[in-house]
Amino acid sequence: MLNLRLYMLQRLTALLMAPLVLGHLAVMIYAIQGGLSAAEILGRTQGSALWFLFYGTFVVAVAVHGAIGLRAIAHEWGGLRGPALDLFMWATGLALFALGARAVWAVTIAGGLGA
Amino acid sequence: MTGNTLKVTIDRGSNAKGVQTEFEVPAHASQTVLDVVSWVQQNEDPTLSYRFACRVGMCGSCAMMVNGVPRWTCRTHISKVLDGNAVTIGPLRNLPVIKDLAVDMDPFFDKWVAAEGVHHGTLTRDDPIAPIDEAAPARVEANAGIECINCSVCYAACDTVAGNPDYLGPAALQRAWTLLNDAKDEGRAAIMDAVSDKGGCHNCHSMGSCTAYCPNDLDPMSAIAGLKRETAKSFFKRGR
Repeated sequence: MLNLRLYMLQRLTALLMAPLVLGHLAVMIYAIQGGLSAAEILGRTQGSALWFLFYGTFVVAVAVHGAIGLRAIAHEWGGLRGPALDLFMWATGLALFALGARAVWAVTIAGGLGA
Repeated sequence: MTGNTLKVTIDRGSNAKGVQTEFEVPAHASQTVLDVVSWVQQNEDPTLSYRFACRVGMCGSCAMMVNGVPRWTCRTHISKVLDGNAVTIGPLRNLPVIKDLAVDMDPFFDKWVAAEGVHHGTLTRDDPIAPIDEAAPARVEANAGIECINCSVCYAACDTVAGNPDYLGPAALQRAWTLLNDAKDEGRAAIMDAVSDKGGCHNCHSMGSCTAYCPNDLDPMSAIAGLKRETAKSFFKRGR
């Protein structure tokens, strides 16, 4: 169900996410000092290549990591196997990527163009 | 306990869940679970099917579920596992039941072979015997796993096997790790491929039931962790 390639992809994306989670939490604590507003957030992220890369990498890592993890659960607890299991993994990964990429796009690039 | 009786419930039939028979068995000092099963077969019900051979913990054929836990029954004292004066005995988990307490061990041994748990020799009888350094780190790793008696207790204890029937299981992977570290075995590439495939070591969740229940105090979980480390190193060096 998990071969070496899927195992390594899940471990490497975990390694990638560890510092990103810490950075995300640190910015959250920093950002809420003195109240939180959409304008303040967008002011930080709009047009910023750095935040695009930060959260873009995060979204890719989450999509890969989560899809492989849910694959294991779907197989061991849900009994999915064969092509159905692969389809489930890819659909989960692409859905997670689409949701995350849409949000990253909205707060970095799209907002910049619309403003 | 002499003079008392034990209430013994035994699973019956072939994969017929829920069919059990109760027996009253005289209790004795130093009585093993296998003694109890044998008493039932010899005195109460000659149709009871079960399996044993050596009775001293060497052959690995008498493992059963005792009160829901896999054990080698010839070396398990009944006094250690009684719940009051009752005990429930069933066939090993994770394997097809042939009848009563006898399971089909084929999937277990097929996976030994699938994990390349076979000797990969290159020498002939004319070559000198390879010298073995007992203190070498690889030899120490190999020695840690060689006392496996193939009883399948770890395989029955493993929740990953229960949820993922393709998973090779702790015993087969521990043998693969032993051979990978054995200077006399030349099957490194074959073993690495076998344990990296879809049923391989990367499916292990390190829950540790194999190590907790191994009657010989072996540590298959650490052996599997060794395989994960070795395959990860190979992934970075060779991309597979």
